[in-house]
Amino acid sequence: MTGAPSRAGTGGVAARFEAQYAQYRRQKRIYAATFGTIFVACLIASIVTTKFSLWTLLDGVPRATEFLARMLPPLHWNSFSEDFSAWYWNAGDWFHSLLNTLLMAYLATILGTLIGGAISFFAARNLAQNFAVYWIARRILEIARTVPDIVWALLFVFAFGIGPVAGILAITVHTLGAQGKLFAEVNENISPLPIDGLRSAGGNWFHEMRFGVLPQVLPNYLSYTFWRFELNVRSATIVGFVGAGGIGHDLFTAVQLLYFADVGAILLMIVATIMAIDMLSEKIRHGVIGKASFSH
Amino acid sequence: MTLKVQGLTKAFGNLVAVRNVTFEVPKGQMIGIIGRSGAGKSTLLRMINRLADPTSGRILADGDVDVCKLKGARVRKWRAQCAMVFQQFNLVPRLTVMTNVLMGRISYHATVRTLLMLFTSKDRAYTIRALQRLDMVSHALHRADELSGGQQQRVAIARALVQEPKILLADEPIASLDLRNASIVMDALRRINKDDGITVICNLHLLQTAKDYCDRIIGMRKGEIVFDGLPSELNEAMARDIYGVGEHGAGEPADDEVDLAFTATQTAESAADSVPESKAKAGTGR
Repeated sequence: MTGAPSRAGTGGVAARFEAQYAQYRRQKRIYAATFGTIFVACLIASIVTTKFSLWTLLDGVPRATEFLARMLPPLHWNSFSEDFSAWYWNAGDWFHSLLNTLLMAYLATILGTLIGGAISFFAARNLAQNFAVYWIARRILEIARTVPDIVWALLFVFAFGIGPVAGILAITVHTLGAQGKLFAEVNENISPLPIDGLRSAGGNWFHEMRFGVLPQVLPNYLSYTFWRFELNVRSATIVGFVGAGGIGHDLFTAVQLLYFADVGAILLMIVATIMAIDMLSEKIRHGVIGKASFSH
Repeated sequence: MTLKVQGLTKAFGNLVAVRNVTFEVPKGQMIGIIGRSGAGKSTLLRMINRLADPTSGRILADGDVDVCKLKGARVRKWRAQCAMVFQQFNLVPRLTVMTNVLMGRISYHATVRTLLMLFTSKDRAYTIRALQRLDMVSHALHRADELSGGQQQRVAIARALVQEPKILLADEPIASLDLRNASIVMDALRRINKDDGITVICNLHLLQTAKDYCDRIIGMRKGEIVFDGLPSELNEAMARDIYGVGEHGAGEPADDEVDLAFTATQTAESAADSVPESKAKAGTGR
């Protein structure tokens, strides 16, 4: 190999590259300036329209602390257990409601994931049989996802009456939309080689999905599903506000009746539960992702 | 099974990857297709297996069935009869060797059964025997991605075997392998050809491999057949014509030709090889 500089025209290449590189940098700077300006303009516009100000925020702080103080009843060290059980006077009912909420979240996560997972194969550009199928699948997922679950809950409470069924359906619909989109994105990042292999062996579309795609995406699906369960426990609480039962219903009732100590007790239960689920699911998720990352 | 390929052409837009290719394949031959990358070898093989659909031309199997006109389940049946081995092995990485080879049996059962992995003991016997022939039984329960490239290619050949194919297509089967594994894989293909009487059509970019293993060599250049004959008939001038470069060009272009090769990449030639991959993603030939 002869050294590069001895080749004719190499100097020319460097000069041409330098000129192109300068132009490339110039373009980058123009982009950065444009998007920076837009970003700042949007920030200012949102502050002005929402009348957000630091002073109202500071004004509110004492009231917020007062609220917090009222949620926590007097607990004395020497009579702690009596005080505590007086605070949690309705613990049995609340635990029952909390369990209800958890089961709502659990069921909705499973149903939504199964349905959304099935749709995700049609909503992935590389896997859908044709553009019409892809387009319809995408729109279904968008509608399911962009309508907030509390709105779905209101609709379903109207249709099926007050109770957990409405909540389960509401969260299921939102979950299938969210899972379907995330899964479709995972599907679009797979290696097409195993699919070719299966097709060459005489496999049909279902074989390609089941054996070519699913083994590649399953760890990611699982990880997203645990995360979705965490989110759905929160959602299941919120939809209780509009009549879908569970701990959300108890919380909402306590808020409306101004039973602040009850509100505090219930909130503490919810926070503790969600923290426990968070920690557990994070452990499991990392286990799953860890395994996945060793596969290649 | 005999094949008659007549006037086969494949165009991707303005780009003609394979142009008016005609040849006949008698039963039991081992054919090596040689040519530079981008010569259209890969596209030709993919058309025979119907992973790609030709723009025009016919492929007659046993003299009367036009393979290019098959649809739906009959295309899948044809693909099973006309097994394929790939450069990148195309196994499912997270499944075991056993499951990967069983995939060669999917065309023999109802879809629901295979989706539930309800294979018969006969299928498993086929699988184990195929793995035994390729000396891979001890790896049957290992995951495919735990194996070396050479081992993966042997698993891929086992998968092809359990399809009970009449023809075995191999698209650059040794291009990703080291020399030792390359000869193991080529020996295996040759044995399958000799012992089972299965026709083997093999894309190779090295002339010497084709000369060592094949009964017949087809040379392709820019999508067209420029040589078709016995390995002994292939002289230096013809090789130069196929590869479009000097004597050491039987394989890679020489240093002086690098610039030329680079320009060639910009034109019709090698784009032809990259197109089928992206097309395959979009799902041609379903």
